[in-house]
Amino acid sequence: MNETGNLKIKFTLNGKPIEYMVKPNWTLLDLLRKELSVLSPKEGCSRGDCGACTVLLNGKPVNSCLVLAPQIDGKEIVTVEGLIEDKEFKALKETFIEKGAVQCGFCTPGIIVSAVALLREKGNPTVQDIEEALEGNLCRCTGYIRIIEAVKQAAEKLQKTS
Amino acid sequence: MKLIPPYRYLRPKNLQEAVEQLGRYGEEAKILAGGTDLIPMIRDCLITPKTMIDISFLDELRYIREEGDMIKIGALATHSEILKSPLINGKTGVLAKAEKVLGATQIRNRGTIGGNLCNASPAADTAPPLMVLNAKLKAISVEGERIIPIEEFFTGPRKNALKPNEILVEVQVSPEPEKSGSSFIKLGRRRALTLSVVSTAALIVMDGVKCRDARIALGAVAPTPVRAKETEKLLINKELNGEVISSAAEKVVEEINPITDVRGSAEYRREMSKVLTKRCLLEALESVKR
Ligand SMILES: Cc1cc2nc3c(=O)[nH]c(=O)nc-3n(C[C@H](O)[C@H](O)[C@H](O)COP(=O)(O)OP(=O)(O)OC[C@H]3O[C@@H](n4cnc5c(N)ncnc54)[C@H](O)[C@@H]3O)c2cc1C
Ligand code: FES
Ligand code: FES
Repeated sequence: MNETGNLKIKFTLNGKPIEYMVKPNWTLLDLLRKELSVLSPKEGCSRGDCGACTVLLNGKPVNSCLVLAPQIDGKEIVTVEGLIEDKEFKALKETFIEKGAVQCGFCTPGIIVSAVALLREKGNPTVQDIEEALEGNLCRCTGYIRIIEAVKQAAEKLQKTS
Repeated sequence: MKLIPPYRYLRPKNLQEAVEQLGRYGEEAKILAGGTDLIPMIRDCLITPKTMIDISFLDELRYIREEGDMIKIGALATHSEILKSPLINGKTGVLAKAEKVLGATQIRNRGTIGGNLCNASPAADTAPPLMVLNAKLKAISVEGERIIPIEEFFTGPRKNALKPNEILVEVQVSPEPEKSGSSFIKLGRRRALTLSVVSTAALIVMDGVKCRDARIALGAVAPTPVRAKETEKLLINKELNGEVISSAAEKVVEEINPITDVRGSAEYRREMSKVLTKRCLLEALESVKR
């Protein structure tokens, strides 16, 4: 920490090691969007209610608006930008398009992150598993049905290819 | 969105250092664990700590283990870790049941049991199950260690029995006894990501058809989570059946003091407390392993 109270943190962002001087009152979402121009996490509510800001912290979905930037020192952060080559992401991308699971798209990156985490943990999730995994992600547009179907179908696709 | 207001940020290297820092800054400091309660409150300027002591890096407080006849949960164990623990699911099912409906995945991955208790919301979902498990809470300060029974921990809405220099380090519970059954029911305005309108935990220990011990606790219906001891008395040493349980559950309204807020009216909470207590006791009875 220096005299201004700022502190240097080291972390990996989408696989790349990063060193950055952060202010203690930045959230991880502030750091990603305002400083690093990583724009897939969205700012909806800034209070943990909507899930639009969901990212993976050491592999687990968290609300980046509720994590302070200094708290990710030494940790691994993954956003949709870092999932592009990921097999779960590729399957989800196809099925979200096929099922029409995206309307305005504001919730989509958060939902994809939550869904990737689910598919990595459970290859063959039930509809209830999917509903539970997406509990923390609000969508104003789709009514969820298509999203749930898309995740289910992505799981089935992945099962077939593996 | 604008930044949250600034503060001095401290990151102790170990528990000892955290205790010293809190000893030094006391009242003007806040302990930061998962931040899921604290960060929204700072954003809303409901609290304005000058100093934040970030204990989230202290892995020494992140454990769930069995020692002798006790299950010990470190204050930094997250709700997800507790929910996935075979020990908790096997021996204190009532806590696992509450963890399953707390917040949502993202909140459970970050929020800690210590933070849930210290935040001392009347609606804290781990409180009723920990009350029926007669949990003991271990706190540490520069002056030493002490154990606080959970019944003495909550002193008012968002108020707890910790002194300004004390850190909660451990939650201790005994496993649910043999021939016992338990349940937890949360009534929210929706299923996920919602605070309880009323929550109920029950644990009953049977001796044949007779009830040897009964413990009931409710959340969100009084300034603190509460035990319903008078209701419990109507069950102990009785042969339990639907009728006995229904009439005992009526008593619970005398032990609560609900308010009207955005989530529900006092009248509604009183009615639902009876209904949920009854349901919860019936589920607990149903689940008794004989
Ligand atoms: C969207 C959303 C949904 C939620 N849903 C629920 C729900 O369904 N049920 C529920 O019960 N809660 C819910 N919560 C509240 C919150 O997530 C939990 O209470 C959580 O367990 C808090 O833990 P934390 O580690 O994040 O605490 P923090 O925010 O880090 O801390 C909370 C308070 O406790 C103090 N503190 C933390 N740890 C210690 C310690 N070891 N010693 C002394 N003081 C300490 C802090 O100073 C602060 O005052 C929700 C929150 C959000 C944002
Ligand atoms: S912006 Fe983080 S949960 Fe809504
Ligand atoms: S597609 Fe618009 S919020 Fe989900």
